[in-house]
Amino acid sequence: MVLTLRSIRAVMGTFFLFFIIFFANNTIGAVFSPKSFKLDNGLQVVVIENDRAPIVLQMLWYRVGAADEKPGESGLAHFVEHLLFKGTKTTKPGEFSRRIARIGGRDNAFTSYDFTAYFQQVASHELETIMRLEADRMQNLVLSDDVVLPERDVVLEERRSRTDNSPAAQLREQVRRALYLNHPYGRPVIGWKSEIENLTTEKALAFYRKHYAPNNAMLIIAGAVKLDQVRALAEKYYGSIPYRPVSPRVRPKEPPHYAHRRVELRNARVNLPAISRTYLSPSYSAGGKQYAYALEVLSLVLGGGNTSELYRRLVVERGIASTAGAWYGGDGLDYGEFGIYASPKAGIDIDQLEQALFEEFGAAIKRGFKKEDIERAKRLIIAQAVYARDGLRAGPNAFGRAFTQGQTISDVEAWPERIASVTPEQVNQAAHTVFEIKNSVTSVLLPGDGK
Amino acid sequence: MIVRVCLLLAVLGIKLSVFTAAQAADIKKVISSKGIEAWFVQDSSVPLIAMNFVFRGVGSVTDPEGREGLAKMSAALLDEGAGELQAAEFQKKLEEIAARLSFSAGRDNYSGRLSTLVSERDQAFNLLKLSLNRPRFDERPVERIRDQFYASLIRNVEVPQRVLGRKWSETVFAGHAYSRPSDGTKASIASITKADLNTFVSTRFTRDRLIVGVVGDISEAELGRRLDQVFGGLPKIGRTFNVPDVVPTGAGKTIVVKMSIPQSAILLGHAGIKREDPDWYAALLVSRIFGGGGLSSRLYEEIREKRGLAYSVYSYLNPMQKSALVVGSVATKNARAGESLSLIKAEWDQLSKKGVSAEELRDAKTYTNGSFPLRLGSSRGIAELLVGMQLSNLGENYIKERPSLINAVTLDDANRVARRVYDVNKLTTVVVGDPEGVVSTP
Repeated sequence: MVLTLRSIRAVMGTFFLFFIIFFANNTIGAVFSPKSFKLDNGLQVVVIENDRAPIVLQMLWYRVGAADEKPGESGLAHFVEHLLFKGTKTTKPGEFSRRIARIGGRDNAFTSYDFTAYFQQVASHELETIMRLEADRMQNLVLSDDVVLPERDVVLEERRSRTDNSPAAQLREQVRRALYLNHPYGRPVIGWKSEIENLTTEKALAFYRKHYAPNNAMLIIAGAVKLDQVRALAEKYYGSIPYRPVSPRVRPKEPPHYAHRRVELRNARVNLPAISRTYLSPSYSAGGKQYAYALEVLSLVLGGGNTSELYRRLVVERGIASTAGAWYGGDGLDYGEFGIYASPKAGIDIDQLEQALFEEFGAAIKRGFKKEDIERAKRLIIAQAVYARDGLRAGPNAFGRAFTQGQTISDVEAWPERIASVTPEQVNQAAHTVFEIKNSVTSVLLPGDGK
Repeated sequence: MIVRVCLLLAVLGIKLSVFTAAQAADIKKVISSKGIEAWFVQDSSVPLIAMNFVFRGVGSVTDPEGREGLAKMSAALLDEGAGELQAAEFQKKLEEIAARLSFSAGRDNYSGRLSTLVSERDQAFNLLKLSLNRPRFDERPVERIRDQFYASLIRNVEVPQRVLGRKWSETVFAGHAYSRPSDGTKASIASITKADLNTFVSTRFTRDRLIVGVVGDISEAELGRRLDQVFGGLPKIGRTFNVPDVVPTGAGKTIVVKMSIPQSAILLGHAGIKREDPDWYAALLVSRIFGGGGLSSRLYEEIREKRGLAYSVYSYLNPMQKSALVVGSVATKNARAGESLSLIKAEWDQLSKKGVSAEELRDAKTYTNGSFPLRLGSSRGIAELLVGMQLSNLGENYIKERPSLINAVTLDDANRVARRVYDVNKLTTVVVGDPEGVVSTP
């Protein structure tokens, strides 16, 4: 899943994709031992007590993202995320971030298909300040054209930086469009340029009113805090915000896929070609979720690092690729994705590499994976649960994703156990079930004339 | 922000040091029986050990002429086989114990990082020891990594930010080792031999330039033994490298590198201020007001918030061991690139002429003091801080002392330093894209 953030983000391209997929999923396994409660207005609150350093993190996750936009309004969820920094009845435009900065805090926000999330990290004695400010903009947003229109230009610049300046990013956008025949996961989170240009103050406010309600959100507080203190502050600042009915998330489903798709992008700026294939797959929440844990393990043994099948065969042994690997994005509320990729060594023909990639991929699946390799991959994934507890971000991220993407707190806590229980038979069976070519898009990035 | 640091690393290949102050972490100096020192914070909140270390002054800047890329290539090869373990075996061992081991060559310094579960520390430290003391540099992994370097050289030609960073370094450090490509060139990468790699390691991985920071669930006594285990076999003294100081060149120059992309990427800057300068803290606060610190600064306000000219706009101080820069960065669509650039230059000029307000200075102080504890949330963050403090020659009481150093900066200091550091007439500007309203100077 692609995330877009409000602030400066240079992390683009494949690196970004990997950060999200590996880091995010792997950290879900941690045992964070959260405490949780619900306010009368429906706001879910999760507290992760951790007094290691005198700091606290607040995250507010809304169950709304790019896949909840109406056709023709792509980019609206992300645009609204930007606009939440533009002031309320009592806070002037930009004042939110200035106040956070004044107390030495960090703040930002990000949007994906299934969620929009806001966060601040501050010294723990400033918790009340950030809870007051965040609660305020859940209901009191004020927007006018004089702040909305320049911000729309900012988003267009963001799109240029992320996508329009990069042939590889343009190709990824086209791949999504081809992978989803009907579901809104096929649209770019940031939106199509022509549709961003037509977003307005009115559309933003309508979207905000429709989706920003306490009963559509999860508040997560992690750090040097106590449950009772958080409960009192949550009641005080969030508790008065009225419950409002929110429509269920009904999204168009994918029809059966009959045809394998192939997308090629040629651009004179491309010097190093690349080949990849993305399969529509089950996720942790949908489409045969019993496969998700096995796919997580599979992505590692197949292509998770220098010891994986694809890297070993294509880069080490055959020596035709400079890189090769696989990834699994199992977060989606409605669908997951599984991808394999390779880039040639200088001087190796891309057609030759393409043939080799699919040959090795097919052979690996047919052969099945060895118990010892699967055990090693599982240990590696499970250890991420320990690493995830080092720092404040991973727990809130995992619970926020779970809440907005169809999972529960206990799913998060049980993640390492479920990974541990994956058997070689399940891995091999998932591979045989999921990889149907008609459910996939093959994409090729090529040098040349794009006309 | 963290992400901003990534960007800078990508653009300049220079590691930023750690400067902010904080609530006290209890720092101990551990000295092993062989005399190896580490700064250490004991922490048993998570069953992990994080060790960061640096060999000071032996980053890419010490790549021999014609062997550009050697430091980085060695860093990519240290976990590709060591001791009796060939590449695949070495990596499998690391995976089996889920240890995280990485090396990186910055412009000035060479660094490494190990994170391990406490239960697997024995093997983890042993693998680290092997990688530093007995890297194999077998032919097959060397050739494979060489191919990966070729591939990224080819790819970088199409990445605007990489082209920008390269041109910038070539321009402001013309004639100095800092101007040479730390990723190498096709010819230099091709010429690197196993002997070069071995010489690199044996002359640079030495105890006289070693800095270590450790955080985690380990006793002082055991840490002492581990320091000897990992670093005790390294030579005491290394070769000296005489990298001269350099004053940035190219004042007043503008260079446009044409690329057919919709958005122009711009870097501009001039000589900055070194970390050990007595005016450092004043400069840090002024820089924060001008273009630092996430979602608020003068540049952010003028370029992004008021006019929507950019998503990304900021400036920062970049102190190096042999030089110092102050740099601004922006990315704007071609049609408005000239406008963005003029506005930034006007702000630059205004800062040096009119300085900052008392309110801005006060806010910058509370930000700078208040944001420090955020670094202390993870073992990794603390270990990085421990190494950063030593690299900047700060005492272990620095964390306690820093707020008073920040608070001591007066408005007069700040404005004097703004005048001293920022000078619009000295700017060197590099643009990659197809900008309107910007032309190269002859």
